[in-house]
Amino acid sequence: MPMRHIISVLLENEAGALSRVSGLFSARGYNIESLTVAPTEDASMSRMTIVTRGSEEVIEQIVKQLNKLIEVVKVADLNEGSHLERELMLVKVKAQGEWREELKRMSDIFRGRIIDVADGTYTVELTGNGAKLDAFLEALDASVILETVRTGACGIGRGERILKV
Amino acid sequence: MELTGAEITVRCLQEEGVEFAFGYPGGAVLYIYDEIFKQDKVKHVLVRHEQAAVHAADGYARATGRVGVALVTSGPGATNAVTGIATAYMDSIPMVIISGQVPTPAIGLDAFQEVDTVGITRPCVKHNFLVKDIKDLAVTIKKAFHIAATGRPGPVLVDIPKDVTTHKAPFDYPKRITLRSYNPVTKGHPMQIKKAVKLLLSAKRPFVYTGGGVILSEASNQLAKLVKQLGVPCTSTLMGLGGYPETDRLHLGMLGMHGTYEANMAMQHCDVLLAVGARFDDRVIGNPAHFNQEKRQIIHIDIDPSSISKRVKVDVPIVGDVGQVLEELTKQLQASKERGDQHALKTWWTQIELWRSKNCLNYDRSSKIIKPQFVIEKLYEVTKGDAYVTSDVGQHQMWAAQYYKFDKPRRWINSGGLGTMGFGLPAAMGVKMAFPKANVACVTGEASIQMCIQELSTCKQYHLPIKVITLNNRYMGMVRQWQQFFHGNRYSESYMDALPDFVKLAEAYGHVGMRIEKPSDVEGALKEAFKLKDKLVFMDFLTDQTENVFPMVPGGKGLSEMILAEDL
Repeated sequence: MPMRHIISVLLENEAGALSRVSGLFSARGYNIESLTVAPTEDASMSRMTIVTRGSEEVIEQIVKQLNKLIEVVKVADLNEGSHLERELMLVKVKAQGEWREELKRMSDIFRGRIIDVADGTYTVELTGNGAKLDAFLEALDASVILETVRTGACGIGRGERILKV
Repeated sequence: MELTGAEITVRCLQEEGVEFAFGYPGGAVLYIYDEIFKQDKVKHVLVRHEQAAVHAADGYARATGRVGVALVTSGPGATNAVTGIATAYMDSIPMVIISGQVPTPAIGLDAFQEVDTVGITRPCVKHNFLVKDIKDLAVTIKKAFHIAATGRPGPVLVDIPKDVTTHKAPFDYPKRITLRSYNPVTKGHPMQIKKAVKLLLSAKRPFVYTGGGVILSEASNQLAKLVKQLGVPCTSTLMGLGGYPETDRLHLGMLGMHGTYEANMAMQHCDVLLAVGARFDDRVIGNPAHFNQEKRQIIHIDIDPSSISKRVKVDVPIVGDVGQVLEELTKQLQASKERGDQHALKTWWTQIELWRSKNCLNYDRSSKIIKPQFVIEKLYEVTKGDAYVTSDVGQHQMWAAQYYKFDKPRRWINSGGLGTMGFGLPAAMGVKMAFPKANVACVTGEASIQMCIQELSTCKQYHLPIKVITLNNRYMGMVRQWQQFFHGNRYSESYMDALPDFVKLAEAYGHVGMRIEKPSDVEGALKEAFKLKDKLVFMDFLTDQTENVFPMVPGGKGLSEMILAEDL
């Protein structure tokens, strides 16, 4: 059964490092659900979070193949322990008439924030795990959703689980 | 004192002790070539096509164990090199390829002879670099050599824009380098080794399966010690031939698609398998589901963790340098008071000898037409089994692997992973440059040889008296064999009409050509050719057009489902 895994990667902050990772996934036929990357507090290093699906064997290979990349410093499969997962979503919704009030309420229920207000639209900012963001979109009437953008998940281990050099 | 990028590049090669750089000049590398011109420590070998430059550097690396170096220009220079780079990558050969690039301000503007070399080569290098700042040049080249030669070796490409070769910087070549993101494990985990010892001693039908890792890690002696200590049968993959003496009784020959009956049967039916620097690839074990039908415990030693449990699930993985792990394993086996089940081992050997008695490599020795196997057997005799043999890809490659008995590592040089036709002749050039006094034979076919035949000109320029053994059956033999077996004898585009007269062609390039048409002439011709010490001799053997390579495990089938010559 292909399980969903969140893989964290610390890699040298060098030109081309991202394409080595994405190239690896496409060349070997691994699935990428989402991939996010940004520099860390140590500017020489980036941290990447990859959400992927695969059997145990495939995930083992993914971790090994990532480790094999010269610029990759550390790899962790967050699913090996308890972890946190967050994703940011911005949703632009049609906010007119009775919907204007309803959308404000809905946003509050999901602990979203309305960060832009225009005559006919709201833009809602929402953070949470992927399932929560999905639930928010499902709760909305499809006809009011004008645009969505999601960052993809980033994750971190709980408690003493630390990924650092 | 400050040096230019071009000076730094050449100085780095000198510091690395590079003997030969195989290459071809062009616009983007002109300044580097200017510096090559001004010195004589690094000898440049001018090839006729960049693919051959990389294959020659590769042949040099395979024969010597040192890092091979190739130098090409931007654009087409780099794209022509790609086949060579991918060939080296698949077989884990240490190489550094230096490619020119358009000047940094022109990058991304579709400049003349611009390609994204780093992008194109990314999937077929161990690592690559684009040097944008002269300050990084020396340390990048140091990193390239370090990465290429350590861990699981492989090709590393350094792309240098033309303006960087003119910029200046102080030259300081680091003696050592450490990379926080790259630290290959060489010492095997003691607990794992302990488990392996226990498993080996409990075996009833043990088998040792060895691959190219034995050659790359220079672990032949350690392997021989272990195998002899245990008295167990062993085999080699195509890439591992010579890692264990093939003439030794404990060696069952090559295994795999065209492996011997005994090696394949032992691989399928063993109960404890020790895999050493090999990767269970499709040409070795055939169908993994069929392979897994038999229950066996597997110990796998490899320096690359990603090679372990990739195609076949392994019970005792040992990540480390093959040589070091084998040594530790042997030490612990010697220290152990146990000897293993000698009775079971004897029964196992009886079974193996029964398989061996099939004599699966037998062929019609009374044929009036030259049998390709016969040519290789005679080549083995005439060279006393001590030649460096390179090959191209196809039937001739398999026959060379089956009938030339390699007793030493680094003598058998072929493109195993990528299967690159055109590899043999340029690889032989690299070998001959490294060992001018050794006998170097390139076993090829009339199709393969034409893929890099222009290198006969390079051989003339550098006086490389290689013996080219062409098994000429007028077909792309391996394609024809598959078409005969699996495509209803429809020989689609596998026949080459209008072949050149190879004797005249050889002569046109300034070499000696010979055509051999009768079995009775084979041995005499080979002797004569090897007597011509200072001549390249192109030997065109007209061989049996219908001969096939046996045994054969058809694609998708299991190891014990071989077709033998006697079955047809």
